[in-house]
Amino acid sequence: MSTAITRDYTPGFYEGDRPKVVTSRFEFEDSHTIDRYLATGGYDGLKKAIEMGPEKMAGEVKASTLLGRGGAGFPAGVKWGFTPQGVWPRYLVVNGDESEPGTYKDRLLMERDPHQLIEGCLIASYAAGLSQCFLYVRGEMPLAHERIATALDEAYAEGYVGKNIMGTDFSLDIVLHWGAGAYVVGEETALIESLEGERGMPRLKPPYFPAAVGLYGQPTIVNNVETLANLPFIASKGSDAYTAIGTETSPGTRMVAISGHVKRPGVYEIVNGTTTFRDIIYGDEFCQGIRDDNELKAFVPGGGSAPWFLPDQLDIPFEGKEAGMAGSMLGSGAVMVMDDTTDIPEAALTLVRFYAHESCGKCVPCREGGTWLLRILERVCAGHGTDADLDQILEVGQSICPGDMPHAASERLGLEATPFPYKMTTICFVGPSAYAPLHSALTLFRDEFDAKVVPAPKRISIPVAVAGS
Amino acid sequence: MSSDESNATEPVDATHDDAGHAEQGEEVAEQDVADDVEAAEEPAAEPDPNIVPVTLNGREIEAHKGELVIAAAERHDAYIPHFCYHPRMKSVGMCRQCLVEVDTGRGMQLQPSCMITVSPEMKIETESPTAKRAQEGMIELLLANHPLDCPVCDKGGECPLQDQAYSHGPGESRYVEEKRHFEKPIPISDLVLLDRERCILCDRCTRFADEVAGDKLIHFTQRGNQTQVMTFPDEPFASYFSGNTVQICPVGALTAEPYRFKARPWDLTAEESTCTTCSVGCRVVVQSSRDEILRYQGVDSDPVNHGWLCDRGRFDFEAVNSDLRLTDPLVKTEAGLTPTSWNAALNGAARLITDALAAGGPDSIGLLGGARGTNEDAFAWAQLADALGITYRDAQLGDGLPASILGLNRATIDEAASASTIVLLGPDIKEELPVLYLRLRDAAVEGNSTIVEISSVDTGLTRYAKHSLRHQPGLQADTVQRNSELLTGDDVVVVVGRGNLAESPDETMAALAAVLDANPNAKVLPALRRGNVVGALSVGMAPADDDHDGLATLRAAADGKLELLILLGADPLNDCPDTGLARRALAGARRVISIDTHRSESTQLADVVLAAAAYGEKSGTTTNIEGRVTVLADKVTTTGTARPDWMMAAELALMLDVDGDLVNVSSVDDVTAAIAAEVPAFADVTPAALVAERNGVLAGVVAGTLSDAVSAAGQRNSYDHRLVVGRKLYDRAIGTAMSHSIAKLAPGAAIHLHPLDIDALGASVGDDLQLIGAQATAILPVAANHAVPRGIAWAPFNQDGSVIETLIDATASVTDVKIEVI
Ligand SMILES: Cc1cc2nc3c(=O)[nH]c(=O)nc-3n(C[C@H](O)[C@H](O)[C@H](O)COP(=O)(O)O)c2cc1C
Ligand code: SF4
Ligand code: SF4
Ligand code: SF4
Ligand code: FES
Repeated sequence: MSTAITRDYTPGFYEGDRPKVVTSRFEFEDSHTIDRYLATGGYDGLKKAIEMGPEKMAGEVKASTLLGRGGAGFPAGVKWGFTPQGVWPRYLVVNGDESEPGTYKDRLLMERDPHQLIEGCLIASYAAGLSQCFLYVRGEMPLAHERIATALDEAYAEGYVGKNIMGTDFSLDIVLHWGAGAYVVGEETALIESLEGERGMPRLKPPYFPAAVGLYGQPTIVNNVETLANLPFIASKGSDAYTAIGTETSPGTRMVAISGHVKRPGVYEIVNGTTTFRDIIYGDEFCQGIRDDNELKAFVPGGGSAPWFLPDQLDIPFEGKEAGMAGSMLGSGAVMVMDDTTDIPEAALTLVRFYAHESCGKCVPCREGGTWLLRILERVCAGHGTDADLDQILEVGQSICPGDMPHAASERLGLEATPFPYKMTTICFVGPSAYAPLHSALTLFRDEFDAKVVPAPKRISIPVAVAGS
Repeated sequence: MSSDESNATEPVDATHDDAGHAEQGEEVAEQDVADDVEAAEEPAAEPDPNIVPVTLNGREIEAHKGELVIAAAERHDAYIPHFCYHPRMKSVGMCRQCLVEVDTGRGMQLQPSCMITVSPEMKIETESPTAKRAQEGMIELLLANHPLDCPVCDKGGECPLQDQAYSHGPGESRYVEEKRHFEKPIPISDLVLLDRERCILCDRCTRFADEVAGDKLIHFTQRGNQTQVMTFPDEPFASYFSGNTVQICPVGALTAEPYRFKARPWDLTAEESTCTTCSVGCRVVVQSSRDEILRYQGVDSDPVNHGWLCDRGRFDFEAVNSDLRLTDPLVKTEAGLTPTSWNAALNGAARLITDALAAGGPDSIGLLGGARGTNEDAFAWAQLADALGITYRDAQLGDGLPASILGLNRATIDEAASASTIVLLGPDIKEELPVLYLRLRDAAVEGNSTIVEISSVDTGLTRYAKHSLRHQPGLQADTVQRNSELLTGDDVVVVVGRGNLAESPDETMAALAAVLDANPNAKVLPALRRGNVVGALSVGMAPADDDHDGLATLRAAADGKLELLILLGADPLNDCPDTGLARRALAGARRVISIDTHRSESTQLADVVLAAAAYGEKSGTTTNIEGRVTVLADKVTTTGTARPDWMMAAELALMLDVDGDLVNVSSVDDVTAAIAAEVPAFADVTPAALVAERNGVLAGVVAGTLSDAVSAAGQRNSYDHRLVVGRKLYDRAIGTAMSHSIAKLAPGAAIHLHPLDIDALGASVGDDLQLIGAQATAILPVAANHAVPRGIAWAPFNQDGSVIETLIDATASVTDVKIEVI
């Protein structure tokens, strides 16, 4: 069987008259080539960084409060500081395994501007004192892989990567690695296992970061593609220019991938912290409203694992803490929009099926609980469920996420928000991700689930004669 | 309730609570010292830095520094349910069953207790409503897809899942969906079957294979709910240690061929004993039902086996009831060997002894063997030999090393496994002393030990050795001398055995002398293989000098100088590397008495055969390589009228009216006590001490000196190959050959050459090659083996169809063969 690769397809990217930190070259057809890169200020950041020296460069990143874009939103500069000094070798691992449902922004960054990512890797390695870099690209992204490979060849040839970069005593090798197609490998410790040639299963926490003991047991920094793509800007223009964009807690811009029932789905680079979901979904420079001018029913604010928002939450800005207080998270920066034609239980089923299938099988609550949720929901959607099944979903959920679950407020239901995060019995977030969106769907749209089920037959308890009583 | 203690699924822990027992002892010692210092200076109480005070379910307890919460809680009677946690392996936090609430100052949080180490002021709640809800939830999830075929499951009745479902489960399942289905069960090796429906994916088997055995042959495949344990395609789980996975599997997912469907756990009775298949001396429980041995399970003996067994030791119980078992004594009549009464047989034996004494005096009698029995067996026969003045005696038949090796500064297994440098001289420890291999591998992988291996061919430990020095047979001592800088240090243990049965033991002894020359402080762990060889040699079966050792005895018999040869569980035709000599000896001895458990080639040539009680049928003690004496269980009734060897010696002593203690013993304990009284090294090994010490009593060492062995090997003719004959775990030994499950695992005879040597000969793999030696010619198929250096020919010892032994001349220092294509 031949596997034809569609090279010409890239998901829609929409720019506008907004600050551009990572998409400044996207307007050019040849944005991925080194010629274009050099013609548009490419590798200037690296030169600046080397002029500054590693400490100062690391200081700039810290001062910029660059938040990780992989999902957890942890400040990159702080994370780099966790590596123990004087232990060699130490690695940078680039997380390009982007596979969170709805998320396709790293893919664009890798396909359209691979040199920006490479320069980001160089700056990070230089500033954090890392001796080798591994670029882990999701297996299903052949174009990204091809473009990065070509860009690496160019960069090696021009002396930007390899020994004595630009004639200095800074040397770095970048190794490109192709993933084999498992969502959980996006989790940084599973990614490290996979890089080591092991089955991609998350390692145990603590330690919470692989900073001290990571790849091959060595100090390791794992950063997301978008996080690193910000570095050339910060290095060449300075942290002040960076923090001038966005808010104090969420500076800079963010790549947001929007999918679903909007008129203009695509990836937008938005100003961090101030742009609201209403701007994103209805704004003229963004999605321009719901398809067919339907009503908005619900939306996922931060990738498939996130609890859902209602139209009530449209005016919340794209800012981590605010989203958390409102009962969800920004996660991978993917917004999925559902209009009033959406069958909510079916939509939830799609997500549950994904996470149940992608469980690595390590923890019982995720492996068994995820599939249990899926089986129940499949029955409910097929019209074979009872109201007891809906309660059972919440019971199974308690074994995955004990205690209160985050969900949004609803005026319609008279519900207050329960803030993020949840407690969990699993090692990583895949298990809870099978439940969290389902939980919020069930909480916010119980009526739609109720409509699909019949009352459970009454349980008759038969008195049992107990021996000796 | 602790499900682990309620059954033998997990190694029964002889240290009583946890692996930290030894540490505890050290702590006490340190505390004592600290107390002394304080008493001398000022009385302000310094807290012990190794004690971590924590609150467990509202109680103040003292945990050990670095201890896992689950271990600390269990030591203080708060059992936390668990499946993946195993005290002898790294925690993986996979099953999530051990969730408890832990507060380290940031509020109560659910945490897997197998992953969290105690910290000061920690609060632990193992039974709070939240913890209980989590634990019940986990059991419910584990049972959701579990087939619940307990009634037909071998594990039912000793199953941690079953037990903990009762003790920590919700009592009822709400799972109404269709369960997951897999083909039931599939073989993953010749011995082990896997039922994926029952598997709860606890990672114990896979972790064991990788972490403990170093045989990473099973792994998880697929994802989510379809995750399963699997071998790699076309690569079975062929590990010498596979049986351990069956024992530690917390459900009935893994079953072993020899025990499948043989018994229900509640029908089994069990008694602790020691494996005597090889001389590591692993502790086991012998389990039987209806007076038949059905299973051995490993017992966690901290100084020895950590709960593990090798598959040969675990599964060779099948031999006890095999067809070739001798059930009654036999005497040779015109119709061949015929069963007779004990009275007649012992009288016959006594007559053979008196006749031999009359005809040729005590020097016309040879006594060989004892290494397969108990200390008591060997001692009783040695006493009889002493009383009769017999000097030709040995527990080895030219297949080991001179007994003087036992007089050296001996290391324990623990000392070897914690030495900074472990020097390996000779045998492939993985093939000969498998669980010692596990301990040494662990020392190299997890500990801080450096392995220096000096051998002719690669061994199982080569992968883990920092330095692997290869030498042609005959050049070991030379190799040691040229690399003496690798052998220095305060903490060096030499593990020395017979790596090459086609090379004189003098070569090994010369190499050992060279090591001790380079480092006089090095301790020695003798790697002699046969079950109780150290015990037998220590209690009187060692030859007085080289002129009366096993080979000398066989030579005397071959020369017609022996009126009588007594074989105490010895089978010269299979044990002695020089089979030509063995054959001539059995033909040359005028009369032969054989004391044995099974019919063998040698018993068939005897005039009187005394049927001996087998392992599991008799009590007594055994001694392992480090001199550790442990007790054996008398678990089942002897087969037929067989009886223990010591009893025969005692009866013969009475009949022959000899002097000595032997005529007064009436029980095996009497013999054990007599050993303690007579053998200085065993003075502490009293019946009372053996009862008190579950891990056995270390016998002392009677200092001795090595006789000057010098290498006598000449240079190899470059047209020849130098022969190395080594043991494989599975061979034609009676215990293996009579255990049908493992007998088929013996690799069979072949000559192994480096692939380039095969090319140079113009042969291809599988061809029959002619091996021309000084005294015979043999034909064997050739196998390609990268572990064999060029110029060396390697062959396994004592395999079916084996002819390599005919080339071995026990008097030669090395064996050179010319190899030709036929
Ligand atoms: C189940 C799971 C999937 C994840 N997938 C990705 C991913 O596809 N890409 C990514 O960059 N981070 C992913 N992450 C987050 C990473 O673990 C890690 O936090 C991130 O790569 C760190 O980079 P940052 O600090 O630059 O965000 C995932 C996390 C989890 C728990
Ligand atoms: S939560 Fe799921 S995916 Fe994550 S480690 Fe556990 S089983 Fe694997
Ligand atoms: S087979 Fe047994 S030991 Fe192995 S993972 Fe499954 S349950 Fe655990
Ligand atoms: S290593 Fe030796 S003592 Fe231990 S189980 Fe195997 S044969 Fe028995
Ligand atoms: S025993 Fe702790 S997670 Fe399995």
